[in-house]
Amino acid sequence: MRLKTGLRLRSQVCSTEVIVVRPGSSEIDLTCGGHPMIASKETPAEGLDLKPELSGGALLGKRYTDEATEIELLVTKAGAGTVADGLTPLLLKEAKPLPSSD
Amino acid sequence: MSIGMLLDMAAMAFGDRVALGRRGDGITFEHLLRVSAGGATLLRSSGAERVAYLGGNSAAFPAVLFAAASAGMPFVPLNYRLSEDQLDGLLGELHGPVVVCDEAFQGVVARTGLKIHRSEDWLADAALAEPAEPVEVDDDAPAVLLFTSGTTSKPKAVVLRHSNLVAYVLQTVEFGSAEPDEASLTSVPPYHIAGVGTVLTNLYAGRRFVYLPNFTADAWLRLVAEEEVTSAMVVPTMLARIVEQLAGAQAPTPTLRAIAYGGARMPRPVLEKALVAFPGTGFVNAYGLTETSSTIAILGPEDHRAALASADPAVQARLASAGRFVPGVEGEIRDSTGAVARPGEIGELWVRGSQISGEYLGLGSVLDADGWFPTRDRACLDADGYLFIEGRSDDTIIRGGENIAPAEIEDVLIHHPAVKEVAVIGLPDIEWGERLTAVVVPEAHAAPEPDDLRAWVRARLRGSRTPDEVIFRDDLPYTPTGKLLRRQLIAEIGAATTYERT
Repeated sequence: MRLKTGLRLRSQVCSTEVIVVRPGSSEIDLTCGGHPMIASKETPAEGLDLKPELSGGALLGKRYTDEATEIELLVTKAGAGTVADGLTPLLLKEAKPLPSSD
Repeated sequence: MSIGMLLDMAAMAFGDRVALGRRGDGITFEHLLRVSAGGATLLRSSGAERVAYLGGNSAAFPAVLFAAASAGMPFVPLNYRLSEDQLDGLLGELHGPVVVCDEAFQGVVARTGLKIHRSEDWLADAALAEPAEPVEVDDDAPAVLLFTSGTTSKPKAVVLRHSNLVAYVLQTVEFGSAEPDEASLTSVPPYHIAGVGTVLTNLYAGRRFVYLPNFTADAWLRLVAEEEVTSAMVVPTMLARIVEQLAGAQAPTPTLRAIAYGGARMPRPVLEKALVAFPGTGFVNAYGLTETSSTIAILGPEDHRAALASADPAVQARLASAGRFVPGVEGEIRDSTGAVARPGEIGELWVRGSQISGEYLGLGSVLDADGWFPTRDRACLDADGYLFIEGRSDDTIIRGGENIAPAEIEDVLIHHPAVKEVAVIGLPDIEWGERLTAVVVPEAHAAPEPDDLRAWVRARLRGSRTPDEVIFRDDLPYTPTGKLLRRQLIAEIGAATTYERT
């Protein structure tokens, strides 16, 4: 799928919800817990299970990126599934703290 | 994503942490979410389309801000120091908003006939009201309408969309990055963009915030100590008062890790005294405009230290800079032909990025075709990307065909030992078009001679920068947020001069 900034997506197999912060330069097969992520308003398909190899979890408020495409997601609701491009997990982005300005 | 989601996330991650108020009796993130959901029900039942807030810093401010977001209604904090007539004018532009108002200001809006809630009552009612189902808020819907301070023209309402404010927060703050013991003290009023920014960024960081409704240097120092405040945001006039109150002593504020300042030009002597008075505190200069959703450039603690320690004049000079652009913001200086200026060359600052609004209620967007916003600030960038703000384009004095930024002369005069405050203005002049008038507030017990001050400037700047005249006054007019009211000063002095001549 092609992502758009501000797009909100949810996992089909856990409570994970994300928002697209950076849409990246190309298409991505965005999955969570091993199954495609869907628009936040859509209903998950029935009978899907969290895949054990993609159950590392998504942490609230953390950003996940794909280095090649520079896609960046922010987790707005934590969940048990791992956010991935197909079966390749996205990377947890290191925070570069700015001094607090207000 | 709406700003309401920032609170949703905070309540999920650290719901039982105190979000605002004193450690003992403050409101938790979870309770703030509850109040905003109940408050949304109250606001929506009013039938109004916008929510005006006329009040000081208190728990009601963030509660109404998030309740309005949750109800899908733009939030409009108003300047409670305006006159009844001025407020009537602004409320008129909002087409019948519902008003949440501190008791102290109820009289001012009584005759408008609008639906008024007293802040304290509203807060209590909101905690009990049925929580509203959150409405789906479009990212591009207006979240906050904020009137500019109107120092150079009539106040205009800047339209800050959810996408602008969320971009600002996501680009500059890491979620939950505050330690549980951190606390931020806010002294800027809710109708200032930094007042709005501070709620959003501290909440997203998980940092408790403490308010000081009526600033005095003494109360500020006491509250920092009592509440073990770790970071504080002040405008330059506040820092000047704090430094004056300390009178050379070190501040008794061991917990204070950071002081951010912004909103107006910081006089260098004040900053130098503050760095001595707060040796263990990091200083942050934040530069931004209402139209840019608060901060777009930052001079951080490391930059301050490097400037003080360096033998390189270019690095030393950075103590007077606004630092570098924050992530997600691009900036460039354009000369009068529109071409991008070279490093060191002064022109107008243009900025671009998702946090930049550049849009006014009823007037539309002033962004150019490529999304760039003209700040109307004259500025330059050094070779390493440090931004130096010279002042408002509108304040430029044209004397004998030469453009002169008042700040250049003010920065020199403020270092004269007998000068406490100074403003340089242009007054109409038959010979020069405008003549340079330095308006000086002397230090206590000092009686500087005009010719000494003129010689002081002549020794340091080009001859055309020497003030044609020097006028002494007991004080200068400022907005509550520390901006010099140049137009008012020009009008006052112009009127006085005319009077003397007739």
